Amino acid sequence: MLRALNYRKLVLEYMIWVNRQIHHAGGSRMADTRSARENVSFAVVGTGGKGAITAGAILLEAAGKGGWHGLLTRSVGPQIRGGEAAALVRLATKPAFTMARDFNILVALDWKNADRFISAMPVARGGLVIADPASGSAPRAVQEASCTIAEVPIAALAKEIGGGRENMVAVGLVARLVGLEEEAVMEVIAARLGRKGRAAVDSGRACLEAGMEAAEALVPAFPLAPAPERDSPRWLITGNEAMGLGLLRGGIRFAAAYPITPATDLLEYLAPALSRIGGALLQAEDELASINMALGASFGGRPSVTATSGPGLALMMESLGLAAASETPVVVVDVMRVGPSTGIATKSEQSDLNIAVHGFHGDAPHVVLAPLGVADCLFVGQWAVHLAESLQTPVIVLSDQSIGQARVVIDRPADMQFLTRRKAFRATGEPYLRYALTADGVSPMAIPGQPGGQYTADGLTHAQSGAPSSAAKDQSEQMAKRARKIELFDFGDYWGEIEGPEEAETVILTWGSMAGAAREALGGDTRLIALRLISPLPVGQIQPALKGAKRVLLVEQNASGQLYRHIRAHMDLPGEVRQLNREGPDLIGPQEIAATLRDWSPA
Amino acid sequence: MNKPNLKASDFKSDLTPIWCPGCGDFHVLMSITRALAATGRPPEQVAAISGIGCSSRIPAYTNCYGFHGVHGRALPVAAGLKVARPDLTVLALSGDGDGFSIGGNHFLHACRRNIDMTYIVMDNRVYGMTKGQPSPTTEPDWDSALSPGGTGLSPFHPLVIALASGANFVAREFSGDIKGCTATIAEAIRHPGFSFVEILSPCVTFRPDEREWKGKVHKASVPETDDPARAARRIMTDDGMNTGILYRGKRRPYHTSVSDEAGDIAALETRFEI
Repeated sequence: MLRALNYRKLVLEYMIWVNRQIHHAGGSRMADTRSARENVSFAVVGTGGKGAITAGAILLEAAGKGGWHGLLTRSVGPQIRGGEAAALVRLATKPAFTMARDFNILVALDWKNADRFISAMPVARGGLVIADPASGSAPRAVQEASCTIAEVPIAALAKEIGGGRENMVAVGLVARLVGLEEEAVMEVIAARLGRKGRAAVDSGRACLEAGMEAAEALVPAFPLAPAPERDSPRWLITGNEAMGLGLLRGGIRFAAAYPITPATDLLEYLAPALSRIGGALLQAEDELASINMALGASFGGRPSVTATSGPGLALMMESLGLAAASETPVVVVDVMRVGPSTGIATKSEQSDLNIAVHGFHGDAPHVVLAPLGVADCLFVGQWAVHLAESLQTPVIVLSDQSIGQARVVIDRPADMQFLTRRKAFRATGEPYLRYALTADGVSPMAIPGQPGGQYTADGLTHAQSGAPSSAAKDQSEQMAKRARKIELFDFGDYWGEIEGPEEAETVILTWGSMAGAAREALGGDTRLIALRLISPLPVGQIQPALKGAKRVLLVEQNASGQLYRHIRAHMDLPGEVRQLNREGPDLIGPQEIAATLRDWSPA
Repeated sequence: MNKPNLKASDFKSDLTPIWCPGCGDFHVLMSITRALAATGRPPEQVAAISGIGCSSRIPAYTNCYGFHGVHGRALPVAAGLKVARPDLTVLALSGDGDGFSIGGNHFLHACRRNIDMTYIVMDNRVYGMTKGQPSPTTEPDWDSALSPGGTGLSPFHPLVIALASGANFVAREFSGDIKGCTATIAEAIRHPGFSFVEILSPCVTFRPDEREWKGKVHKASVPETDDPARAARRIMTDDGMNTGILYRGKRRPYHTSVSDEAGDIAALETRFEI
């Protein structure tokens, strides 16, 4: 085999070892990398279009099939093609909620534009950098790190193989270094390339083998500890996909869509999925249209959703007020990104709490939820539909880029059952009062087509019949009715998650995606309260959960402490209160939370 | 499903309109209810969707299902409803400010999308509910407190825009011609795809000069066409007072299929299993 001979020669010819500042007892050339690890993190970087992200996704999937857990996030520049792209992957023996702070292995397909993003993926002390010497020297940050740089002619290896791709060589390199079986990886590659025919699969295998062999000289490197026995089926899924599936489980049968990063892939998941189950997706001309299309479809009796990000949510606010006033159920998923304005579309922030909770004009009771991680997107999507339909109100879901676009291996979440049903209208012969004053505030809702149920849904202040009214009495009664339906509703145990010992003196209080980092930061004597229900704020549940707390640390990814201010508007916090919060895209990680708690010595 | 013996009164609610005496919209309401009776769909199978403005009050004055939304957004509400419920007859009702200014973008895309619905715009060339400001169809020299001496802006030409954007049925009527309005609206409802009917509907309060429209309108002297190029030339060159069906196209309406079956949600999970 010509291929085999050539690449071996190339490996020997080009592989140059460069040892740099390895401060290690005994003077070994590499850090102690022999012992198996519970966590291994790696990054594959390269010019957009070279397939760095695909390489990371293949490795994650192969590890997932092998029983490991893991998480993949993408770091991409604003360019559509030709900008920088990186797959950041953490493989672990236990569920992984956050990306690693630094990386054991960094594979560079090239160093183009690396200066722009390399600071976001620092190489861990004793880490290994694999780079193609043909692409020039490593950026300064890498050269100065305490790591080993191995030069592997990735492009030349790929070129030797007919139809070979550099990213597949990178897959081989990493697979060998972390100890993934060739056949397990090949299974994933074959599934992905199968459509392109036999030749593509063969060339994929050749690249994989070339990469694995080239890595041979570098092992043992960062072997993963054996995967624990799988006790439940596993899924490989992104937060946006999980949210989409949750919405469909909840009963969504109509979506309106206007593209916006990082929510587009949620909409793109929904489009074919909806048509498979007899629903429909309509692409809108803008977000003003998409929210109103969703309201129209919901008025027609079909549970409806739209998904967007901060700029789109801002455009939807007027019509969300209409949804509240006309009592039209609708779910809006906001996959938050760095704001204000266009901000950084591809990076994460938790900064839309204020607009979601307070952005309506007038007093417009509604519900705001936030998923506590990728897996929780499934539950929150389903719950959101249940709440919107049961309460005939808008529900805003605050997901964000860090979980929406993270691809994760999770245990298959348990099935949830909600009795989701709009309070239905039945003709009695009496005049129909669409906005009847009921004890629980929820009124029977007729659906077009039902004889005797005709009414006009209205954003104007209206009487119980729906007829426009400017009477103070109607305004007061209808306002109280809409507030009542939210106030009296039993949100059950779903309002949030509590972890850690009861009556702990130190409590981390957080919301949404930041729950993952907080969970990984938890020590023995710290308690975590993570809020899934943001509005109405579950004061009655938060207060007892804080019992015994002497120190409360508020953790959130926004500059102004939006959750903190929201909580303080409704309740006092016990003991000493500190905030760990900042704007994106520099995510607050578990180590930082743990360090903050360590430095906060008890008085 | 159609009922043969429906009367216009079956489509009227008992609410009293807020309109000024002499408002053209009274006649439009009358024509809509007569047209609906003629099409034979019972009121519970009809939805009237509107935005904000004098004309947008119509849904509550009918005995159909109605949705009185926010300013400018009647068309997206109607689009979502029709796609979700293709079995319904959907009317979108608007005025020149609501439909061509704040909702102008939706107008273009509703024409392009060609969803089977009927869009009726009551054009009185003024914002009436806010007491007399120039709209996109107002003459450039019309004096008002908000734009003293006139806007100087070229008026919007709804019919040409509709045609150019892909509307499948384009007509102009005058509110005072109840017979003509009724016939054209009924035809618009029956025609598949997006039907656009502009109704010149005088605002006697802020545009008393529009009382003269009655003497100025005239039936189109040539029959309707299915050739958009011919229709465009006619509409571009007429005096704006030409009434009747001007264009009846043959574009295929937007199609989606929705089902009332629950759907196999469990099957959606398989792609995530590893």
